[in-house]
Amino acid sequence: MNNRITSHQLFRLTSAYFLELIREPGVIFWGIVFPILMALGLGIAFTKKPDMTRTVAVIGGVESQTQHLPVLHGIVNRNGFQLSRMDGPTEKYSFSIENEKIGKTTYILIPTTLENALQLLKRGNINLILEEVDEDIIYHFDPSNPEAQLVYLQLSKILKSGFSINEQVAENIEPMTVTGTRYIDFLIPGLMAMGIMMSCMWGISYGIIDKRTKKLLRRMIATPMKKHHFLIALITVRLGMNFVEAALLFIFALLFFHISIQGDVSALTAVFISGNICFSGIAIFTSSRTANTEVGNGLINAVVLPMVVLSGIFFSYHNFPNWSIPVIQKLPLTMLADGMRSIFIEGAGWPETVFISTTMSLIGVVFFSTGLKIFRWY
Amino acid sequence: MNQILDSDFVIDVQKVYKSFKSVKAVNGVDLQITKGQFTALLGPNGAGKTTLVEMIEGIQIPDSGSIFIKGKQWRGNEEELHQIIGLSLQETRFIDKLTVSETLKLFSSFYKLPQSRMEEIIELTGLEEKRKSYIVNLSGGQRQRLALGIALLNKPEILLLDEPTTGLDPTARSEVWNILLKLRERRQTSLILTTHYMEEAEQLCDYIILIDHGHIIREGTLQQLLRENGPTKNIEFTLGNVPSEADLQLAETQFNLKWEPGRSGGVLQIENKNPEEHLAQFFDFLKQRKLNLQSFECRKITLNDLFLSLTGRQLHE
Repeated sequence: MNNRITSHQLFRLTSAYFLELIREPGVIFWGIVFPILMALGLGIAFTKKPDMTRTVAVIGGVESQTQHLPVLHGIVNRNGFQLSRMDGPTEKYSFSIENEKIGKTTYILIPTTLENALQLLKRGNINLILEEVDEDIIYHFDPSNPEAQLVYLQLSKILKSGFSINEQVAENIEPMTVTGTRYIDFLIPGLMAMGIMMSCMWGISYGIIDKRTKKLLRRMIATPMKKHHFLIALITVRLGMNFVEAALLFIFALLFFHISIQGDVSALTAVFISGNICFSGIAIFTSSRTANTEVGNGLINAVVLPMVVLSGIFFSYHNFPNWSIPVIQKLPLTMLADGMRSIFIEGAGWPETVFISTTMSLIGVVFFSTGLKIFRWY
Repeated sequence: MNQILDSDFVIDVQKVYKSFKSVKAVNGVDLQITKGQFTALLGPNGAGKTTLVEMIEGIQIPDSGSIFIKGKQWRGNEEELHQIIGLSLQETRFIDKLTVSETLKLFSSFYKLPQSRMEEIIELTGLEEKRKSYIVNLSGGQRQRLALGIALLNKPEILLLDEPTTGLDPTARSEVWNILLKLRERRQTSLILTTHYMEEAEQLCDYIILIDHGHIIREGTLQQLLRENGPTKNIEFTLGNVPSEADLQLAETQFNLKWEPGRSGGVLQIENKNPEEHLAQFFDFLKQRKLNLQSFECRKITLNDLFLSLTGRQLHE
């Protein structure tokens, strides 16, 4: 390679940070392998037909215990299911519903006292209590708990209706397995967006704070090194690393889950680069002052954690209260994830994403310039 | 205001003050260094040495006073001054997973230096066998030699070294000293070296500045400083038995003497003029009081003795 290029400080700085990065085995694992493992785990968990187990406690009235579940036995058997006693020292009964479209669900019924049932509820072992009263069943649960609500709806359907839910699902349910409509199609762009944020925030911010703590920043700035070369090199290496991470995650998802990019790849590239600009700027701003790695940890977490929770990476943010949605949509990670998802699964192109790309780039530039103004080199 | 001063001094520090909250780190220091002069800033930890050097390096800004490097102040002349200064900070840690030669190449690129300069530095610092070793695998002495090599990369006219041998074993320390002694022979570089090792200052430097609590308390050549404390010798002695309180007081009135904490020995200071007379009186005193003399050693006064007499503190405190 041309000697003038290889001896240029920008080349040397970029090369030094690149070598520093790839020589750390942890970086390869946490940057590349871990997101793939997460995609694999979540992809399998949410795309395969699940074998669900729902456990409920059964009481026979206040302060008393139902013996052998006489009422439930009658109801369950009448509706065509087999309620059988499970092996083990504790008395437990179970029955299952199995269907090739929605998988197998096993209901475990534990006869117990009200006191024990409440303890199980507090520990999270169950989220619904059945009470046998005369020939009927009463349901005790927290209506604001979605899981408890779901179990209630399922069980009440089985126990009250005269026909089996098994037959009903066979008639009415049509599983969605078309590419773009599955959970994994929603997840992968979100994981890529989160990867960009995490990589920039930890790679750039922590890298700068660490160099400041070690007084390396101070030593480097005491030479004729150009300050902007130092930062450009850091951002360039991170951009390259993020591209490799995202590409490997995509290739994995393509091979394993057959996901595809339904929109414009050039628009996706623009969203990807603007996301990097945005989070690089935020990273420079976050690390502009502190020389303490513990304070740095706190600052970085304060930036990334709210976005990881709110930005709908794993589950849609539309489940949050309506008033919060417009705020969440303005978070940089939400913008990036929404932009990438719209291209991946909705087939969007430049017209739909140009606003997101421009806004994220502007956010990055504003944070970068502000950070640079207050940057502590010494 | 960007001032340019026309003077013979390579470094000219004028009435510089620097405080951190309530601590006055540097308290009205004046300091002038000429070309090729090797100067030691000698003082204990917390004396203000590092703050003073960091202000000369342009890393810290004085609260008041002026600093001129070759007649120029830092503001507006950063690029030019960085080209002529080499420095080594206390506790710099370079990138762990870069090799010695990669680190030197990185710093060479800042000065636009050819590859051959890197080779010269590797040879000068004796790191030939370590050129492919990661920084994290170097010993303390090797890291310090590398830091010194990086400071010398640009053939600096001014070299500022902040405690370059602190924490090193005697062998590693002498390796660093050898590099600096070679540099001193050429008389092209002016050095300011901070240290709390008096031997380092004595061995390496032409001019020594004793600093404490942000003040310069004495300065001069080694001979000037020692002469200033009077033409004296120190005689360290130990006794077989502890003298009585009356004998202790009597000895203190008759002789220039400081007892050790356990009172079974001490240091006797005698003037070079008529030493045999002073010694004879001291031996008579011991004989009359039947204070059994166990050991007796005569040595020249040191910078540490001088510092102790001026401040009541040891240099290595």
